[in-house]
Amino acid sequence: MDTFAIGNLMRRPEAGAILSLIAVIAFYVIFGGVNLVNLFGAASWVNFAANLGIVALPLGLLMIAGELDISIGAMIPAGSMSIAIVSGYYGMPIVVGMAVALGLGVLVGLVNGLLATRTTVPSLIITLGTLVAMQGIVLAGSVLLTGNASVPLSAPDWAKTIFGQLLGGSYQIIIVWWIALTALFVLIIHYTPWGNWVFAMGGDKESARNAGIPTNKVTITLFVLSAVSASFVGMCGAILFNSAQVSGGMNYIFNAVVSVVVGGVLLTGGFGSVMGIFFGTLTFAIVNQGIYFTDIDRNWSSLIIGVMLLLAVLMNNSFRKLAMTARPKKKPA
Amino acid sequence: MAENTPVLELRDVNKSFGPIDVLHDISLKVHAGEVLCLLGDNGAGKSTLIKTLAGVHRPTSGTILMDGDEVSFDRPKDAQDRGISTVHQFGGTFPLMTIGRSFFVGVEPTKKFGPLKIFDRKTANETAVKAVQDFGITRIDDGDRLIGGLSGGERQSLAIARAVHFGARVLILDEPTAALGVKQASHVLRIVLEAKKRGLAVIFITHQVTHAMAVGDHFAVLIRGALAANFMRGEKSREEITDLMAGGEALADLDSIIEGYMETHEGHPPAPVA
Ligand SMILES: Nc1ncnc2c1ncn2[C@@H]1O[C@H](COP(=O)(O)OP(=O)(O)OP(=O)(O)O)[C@@H](O)[C@H]1O
Ligand SMILES: [Mg+2]
Repeated sequence: MDTFAIGNLMRRPEAGAILSLIAVIAFYVIFGGVNLVNLFGAASWVNFAANLGIVALPLGLLMIAGELDISIGAMIPAGSMSIAIVSGYYGMPIVVGMAVALGLGVLVGLVNGLLATRTTVPSLIITLGTLVAMQGIVLAGSVLLTGNASVPLSAPDWAKTIFGQLLGGSYQIIIVWWIALTALFVLIIHYTPWGNWVFAMGGDKESARNAGIPTNKVTITLFVLSAVSASFVGMCGAILFNSAQVSGGMNYIFNAVVSVVVGGVLLTGGFGSVMGIFFGTLTFAIVNQGIYFTDIDRNWSSLIIGVMLLLAVLMNNSFRKLAMTARPKKKPA
Repeated sequence: MAENTPVLELRDVNKSFGPIDVLHDISLKVHAGEVLCLLGDNGAGKSTLIKTLAGVHRPTSGTILMDGDEVSFDRPKDAQDRGISTVHQFGGTFPLMTIGRSFFVGVEPTKKFGPLKIFDRKTANETAVKAVQDFGITRIDDGDRLIGGLSGGERQSLAIARAVHFGARVLILDEPTAALGVKQASHVLRIVLEAKKRGLAVIFITHQVTHAMAVGDHFAVLIRGALAANFMRGEKSREEITDLMAGGEALADLDSIIEGYMETHEGHPPAPVA
């Protein structure tokens, strides 16, 4: 198997994200006086990372395949509102609410995927369309059906246990989902032929299709995955907090894209890794939430995020170049 | 060799894009174990001709035969399935994938991992490295290297080795040596000869007369989309070929080419070269 030499690590897509993570923590410790025990013991940034991470994973895969999905910003409130309306307002069984929430994700993902494969419109524009459209549907739908933009929901215990409990009093169960999904995606993306197809499509879609890869199917699947994951995060949030709001979710677009890019995914596709996305999300979460553990005024956090993003992208670029060069070999002259 | 049925034959192939006629009545035979050099000036229609063979374009009229049977390709995949493989100028199209992974895109080897079938990286890497080493490129020995880290010549060689590995019978190379230095180009030429030795038909586009002379058995010259000359190795001198490659301009035997062309095309001359 791989040797864990530094030189080899530097050639991996996640190298930039891991170094960014270390740099950010070091920065907070040195300039923000952060107590590492407090930071690592805190749930806030882990919860933040898990919710973001579940959205960032499939988004990252889409970006590896050369696509983008910003409709996630509307799918998070769509997921939470639909379960709250169905199972809270109308009092139907929670499984029905879940099916509606996730089914809505499948539907929007299909629409995105079909439009992306049947037209030549860039997926940024397509999903911008579905983003705005879904925002409208969620807002108008909630007001029309419930007369309110905020709907309460009380989920049964079993649903809370699986989707919305707090472990140890403060760690959201969604953390477990995030780690499990990360492991699953590592397996699929890096160890199956299907994963190889995703990279090939991001490298050159035409050649991938000529090599016999069902590029349309893969693209549609990725869009469905992305939309369903977003509505899943919304659904879990509604179960945990016993209510849903039509607002919120828009931050996820920006946060997830930054996490994915910091995680070493090439914006133009064809390069990246699931572990990179994972570490990119962690890094983003620490910057964003860790600031509360520092003496630094939290208004500075956007500046730090901006600088970190630029540094990470620069690092990722040079690591990618490094990855292209041959491995050092001990050659006797 | 010429007595056998050609692997690939074109009969009166025309191709136009809307009102623009690019290929006029091309008839050409390519045999197994033969390197056909396709020559001609910029814009003569060489790339269009091979794209028609590779299933990217459909001929506007005329027929393409493989082993004597008429074929028609709707998609490049159809041509590939019949054994017509095109290697693009920069070789591997997946610069950020590893050698092993890109070699097997679409046909990934798998192994059992519990109930799952996972990508067999070891087999993929070993097979890819062996395939390219068999072609004499021994410097490629690590299947985990990224394609983008290979030299242009190595990339071409790998792409050719891949095509051969997957059973190509006709190898189409569009200016594979154009961007390469002398040494790199000679690698690619050696691989072209190796592919020929293995019985493939090779269609090789180049603007460099040395490269054409080094490997060509059969030469076809396109001028303004028409087949202006079609001859075997030794039938013309290096100077004549050089002149022909310039697109038939400013040469001593320009008239004879046009005459020859008019004989085979019912008296209509090729459009004048601007
Ligand atoms: N899809 C297309 N639509 C319209 N015209 C085209 C198309 N493809 C090629 N042509 C035209 O056909 C002519 C021949 O082009 P082609 O690319 O085949 O030339 P070539 O011989 O390969 O030239 P070069 O040596 O520069 O590569 C050119 O005038 C080109 O503009
Ligand atoms: Mg050309």
